[in-house]
Amino acid sequence: MKDIVISVKEISKVFGDFTAVDKISFEVRKGEIFGFLGANGAGKTTAMRMLCGLSFPTHGSGTVAGFDIRKQSEEIKRNIGYMSQKFSLYNNLTVWENIRLFAGIYGLSKQETKQRAENIFKQLDFEKERNTLVASLPLGWKQKLSFSIATIHKPEIVFLDEPTGGVDPITRRQFWEMIYQASNEGTTIFVTTHYMDEAEYCSRVSIMVDGQIRALDTPANLKKLYNAESMDEVFRHLAREAKRGE
Amino acid sequence: MKTNFLSFVKKEALHILRDKRTMMIVLLIPIVLMILFGFAISTELNNLNVAVSVQKHTEDIRGKIEKLSANPYFTFVGYVNQKDAETMLRSSKADAVVVFDNEGKMQFLFDASNTNTAMSGSIYLQSVMSEENLSNQELFNLHLLYNPQMKSAYNFVPGIMGLIFILICAMMTSVAIVREKESGTMEVLLVSPVRPIKIILAKMIPYFVISCINLTTILLVSRFLLDVPLSGSLFSIIFISLIYLVLSLSLGLLVSTISSSQVMALLISAMVMMMPILMLSGMIFPIENLPSVLQPVPYIVPAKWYIEAIRKLMIMGLPITAVTKEILILILMSVVLVFVSLKKFNDKLD
Repeated sequence: MKDIVISVKEISKVFGDFTAVDKISFEVRKGEIFGFLGANGAGKTTAMRMLCGLSFPTHGSGTVAGFDIRKQSEEIKRNIGYMSQKFSLYNNLTVWENIRLFAGIYGLSKQETKQRAENIFKQLDFEKERNTLVASLPLGWKQKLSFSIATIHKPEIVFLDEPTGGVDPITRRQFWEMIYQASNEGTTIFVTTHYMDEAEYCSRVSIMVDGQIRALDTPANLKKLYNAESMDEVFRHLAREAKRGE
Repeated sequence: MKTNFLSFVKKEALHILRDKRTMMIVLLIPIVLMILFGFAISTELNNLNVAVSVQKHTEDIRGKIEKLSANPYFTFVGYVNQKDAETMLRSSKADAVVVFDNEGKMQFLFDASNTNTAMSGSIYLQSVMSEENLSNQELFNLHLLYNPQMKSAYNFVPGIMGLIFILICAMMTSVAIVREKESGTMEVLLVSPVRPIKIILAKMIPYFVISCINLTTILLVSRFLLDVPLSGSLFSIIFISLIYLVLSLSLGLLVSTISSSQVMALLISAMVMMMPILMLSGMIFPIENLPSVLQPVPYIVPAKWYIEAIRKLMIMGLPITAVTKEILILILMSVVLVFVSLKKFNDKLD
């Protein structure tokens, strides 16, 4: 199948005698919004790091954007975007300087950089903030800018690690609109979140418990399967079985 | 697709330029330290207050007192009674009292609460006051080479250089790297296609440039303000300084890999790097004066070798061949440090 952008088979990550990720397998299709759920300590971050080419799996294999996660981490890094909950732009640089830096990192030409910066300014209604230091922007704005910059090089897949942590509901709503738009344009979104209402927005959701994937389906199917009213119920039902703490 | 390395360097430079206060400190510290050590803090003896107690005035004694007051190193503060001599010392109105007894014999009373002053002062006072007696004896022929006026600036300038570069290269880079770890931006950089080594290099370049500016100011201040001769070739001084800069930068990288917060990086830099330089490099205290247990320690302090080499080049004016040993040791230390710190940095990533 051509439109599968992430495919992993039984990948594990073992630290000493601790198995952080235990033989997980899944596939993500192009343009999907893939929700990656799990309690703290379930192994989400470790799994995500392996997908981003930051660490090698102890066992198993997989491809991201068509590249082998064991051998081609450089190529993977070029074709993905990443944004984490920890705010990831430079506070003491201006909006424009941040854009220019990341455009430079991904090797965009001057012209492309300028054009994409204009798009971002227009999309976020940021024209006036062009030369504002990022430090002085409200958190919600920063997160939106952060997302725009994470996708500045038009990556195939964007990894979002709890992107809306600490953001107000209105901005979260706007943020998800941006996610939808990117997904409509064909970008695959891989997102972790603790907000169960956000899980409902995803095309498909996987729930990790103790390093393993316990459930993986569309939110509607999962609710049917566990006979639950909301994703919140589904999540609590599964997370209760967790044996290891944080 | 090629990442733009220059945009990285530009970003690091912007970080530094934006932080005006830190930049001022970094650029001014060398000048302040130089002036402080060059003028204010000196181990030379100046203006030692001397009182005199005389039982019976004679021509001989008068001559001696005249000589004393004329000497620029001593200030004659007046006559005292023999029994007031101690009060004089105790109230710090005098640092020394010269007592002439009935027969014109001398006794020196010295305030030795500051041992340095008392040591060198008493020897000098002795030689001034007894010169006449010695004049017909055969004197030692004393030549002070390389620093005939015994200026302490000559001694401090190489030491300050050893200190400044560690301070700026090691401390500033380690803090700059750890800051990115703390703020979470390091993660984003690592997920990007930039090679980690490039991230590090881009961080080091601006500090390297700043250090080169500092090297220039230090050399200018020492030549034109402190009158240090810079008798060796400028080229060799710069050459060995550049080796030392690379060494300091890799030390900074090493510190950044073992510290998890900026505070920790600062503390490690201050305690593990600055203190040994001040105490164990021979900058202030001669290595020979260390207790024998500590004697071998300076040999692993890079600053010791650098300071020694700079002293030979700058003050003694020796050719670069005279410091081959120091250069080789510094290069060896740099290679080991670069290797270890890069390895640790890469291990940390996984």
